[in-house]
Amino acid sequence: MNPAMNSALNSGMAPVATPFFFYLLAGLAVASGLAVITRRNAVHSALALIVTLLAVTGLYLMLYAPFVAAVQIFVYAGGIMLLFLFVIMLVNIERSSKERQFNRMWPVGLAAACALLALFVSAFAKGKALFPDRMMSLPESSNTQQIATMLYGEAGKMGQYTFAFEIASLLLLVAILGAVIMTKKKI
Amino acid sequence: MVPITTLHYLVVAAALFVLGVIGVLTRRNVVIVLMSIELILNAVNLNLVAFSRMWGNLHGQVFAVFIVVDAAAEAAAGLGILIAFFRNKETINVDEIDLLKW
Amino acid sequence: MPNFIMSYLGSRVTPGEAGNQFWALMYVLIIFAGVSVAVIAMNWIERKALAHFQVRLGPMRVGPHGLLQPFADALKLMLKEDIIPAEADQFVFWVAPLIGLLTAFTVYTVIPFGPSQAVSDMNIGILFMLGVSSLGVLGIVVAGWASNSHYPLIGALRSSAQMVSYEVAMGLAVVSAILMTSMNEKGTGTLSMIGIVQAQQQQGVWFIFKFFPLGLLAFVIFAIAMIAETNRAPFDLAEAESELTAGYHTEYSGLRWSLFMLAEYAAMIAVSSIAVTLWLGGWMRPFPNLLKAPAWEFIFSLFPGFTFFGLAAIAFLGVARMPAHSFFKIQRIGLAVFAALLGFFALLLLVIAVAGRSADTSLAARFNEGIDYVYWFVLKVAVFMYLFIWYRATWPRYRFDQLMKIGWKVMLPISLGVLMVTAIVGVIVS
Repeated sequence: MNPAMNSALNSGMAPVATPFFFYLLAGLAVASGLAVITRRNAVHSALALIVTLLAVTGLYLMLYAPFVAAVQIFVYAGGIMLLFLFVIMLVNIERSSKERQFNRMWPVGLAAACALLALFVSAFAKGKALFPDRMMSLPESSNTQQIATMLYGEAGKMGQYTFAFEIASLLLLVAILGAVIMTKKKI
Repeated sequence: MVPITTLHYLVVAAALFVLGVIGVLTRRNVVIVLMSIELILNAVNLNLVAFSRMWGNLHGQVFAVFIVVDAAAEAAAGLGILIAFFRNKETINVDEIDLLKW
Repeated sequence: MPNFIMSYLGSRVTPGEAGNQFWALMYVLIIFAGVSVAVIAMNWIERKALAHFQVRLGPMRVGPHGLLQPFADALKLMLKEDIIPAEADQFVFWVAPLIGLLTAFTVYTVIPFGPSQAVSDMNIGILFMLGVSSLGVLGIVVAGWASNSHYPLIGALRSSAQMVSYEVAMGLAVVSAILMTSMNEKGTGTLSMIGIVQAQQQQGVWFIFKFFPLGLLAFVIFAIAMIAETNRAPFDLAEAESELTAGYHTEYSGLRWSLFMLAEYAAMIAVSSIAVTLWLGGWMRPFPNLLKAPAWEFIFSLFPGFTFFGLAAIAFLGVARMPAHSFFKIQRIGLAVFAALLGFFALLLLVIAVAGRSADTSLAARFNEGIDYVYWFVLKVAVFMYLFIWYRATWPRYRFDQLMKIGWKVMLPISLGVLMVTAIVGVIVS
């Protein structure tokens, strides 16, 4: 057999060119995040947020979390962003894109965010020992089965998160009812 | 090149979080404020999934799925409120949504 | 180099699993070429079939029997003037068809043409396909908005509302098919596309016939929902609204419009592949368990060659029936060359089938197996494509409120009911 292919098969799920893809996806995510908060046009912001969500999906796939990546594409990029685009089209008025788009207090907001960033940087620098360098690789081929076991439980007993799962579905029902009632013309 | 560790993912998540916070604090368009909140939630999700891989169990990923569900509910409710308000006052400027001020 | 080719063909894993980038790239190029050829052929077949349904002939002039018509159309669209509306948002106007095209082509990464013939068999294959095809709605909404005109905006919002409503019924039908994959001894199902077809192989029954009539009902719900999902007749308010008002691609002309059409046909082929994989047994030949003798294997492996022989015979018949006039000389020669090419291809397939029955590990046997898998898969998808055209020719269009009523009040309860009854029957049987 071809030795190059052999080594790839032997090393399990070792992805190729990982740093390249990580820097590409991370740069894309941060750049489009910047575009979300700075664009004047709301539709451009929404499209930039979709790009951010897809870049974060790629990062999830690199972290051996295919189910979370699929949920992100399905719910976030395919559902929530569609909702945002509909609402932008419904409330889009020409006046808003010609007005001043940043708050009058924007230096204060920026200073607060920079303080937060400094806090993060100091936490990462001082607490470097808390994030050990080992990255255990999770088995990818049974990821969905394991998450399903946690959510639904196995034969005979409840999973760890079954109760939270049911509460989450109730939460979605309440949110749907609330959205429908708030936007009806007459109740 | 230095191999990619958990810290790299945490830095990306922190950057997205700070960008979301800037968006919430400085923009005047309500829809863009809501989108910045989604950025913040995404940063938290990325953090959780990175830690889930570091510890080797799936609790972080299950929690991330719950946060996505939560974000969907909150986006629906928030946009419903926005539309209901827009019908009354015809504006989407946070500075002009001040009906409770005295 | 031949060693490299042989070593890959000898392994029975997909390029994604083997981490083999070269073969993954090869598969991607082959799929891209195949889908382009399929879209071109679909264009021709649609015009000819619609014409024959309406008792007329369709394009006959451009090539022999209009065979070169799609190329003429593509050339015309590429040379047309590129008009952008005055106040439209330039960047968004340009990006919208690309979103639709990207999502329509990304789903081909996980389509299984054979047990190891997929670009990458992801663990969450079916979820990935449904999710990425739901991203295509974004392209339509953004296209309608970027045109800066009322009719495209209304058409885009209607079309996206329709697609979102039928996605729910589609998802529930898919879930009931996935539930059937878990009716084995281990009790766990799988979401990977290759795993679903292998589950059908293990359980010895296509899921459309399992727990009759539940599998059939789920298949019918998915078949109806996929027509609404791709905006085809009788749910084609967005694209045929040009007769009533206008659709989301009104302001698009020339090359951009052809990108929309390419995305639509590619999405049709993609959702048909989902239906074939989940319910119709994917790449398996008919009756794999009932007719198991090696003689039957040989007969079924001759099918690809005989299909192309049939096509070549039809083309030769067309040559014979052309008027013997000097005006038709070039057309006769062209059609005869095309028929000869088809016949040569048929001969090649028959030679591979005959040579491949001898040993199990020779290169010819490997090729033969691969060709058989791809042939049965493509045949089933082609039947679906023909059904799409048949529906368009036969059924009148639904009004928008009727469409939404069917999506929410009929399809959703039926698919929920099918899912629950499938689960109950599955628990009782096991």
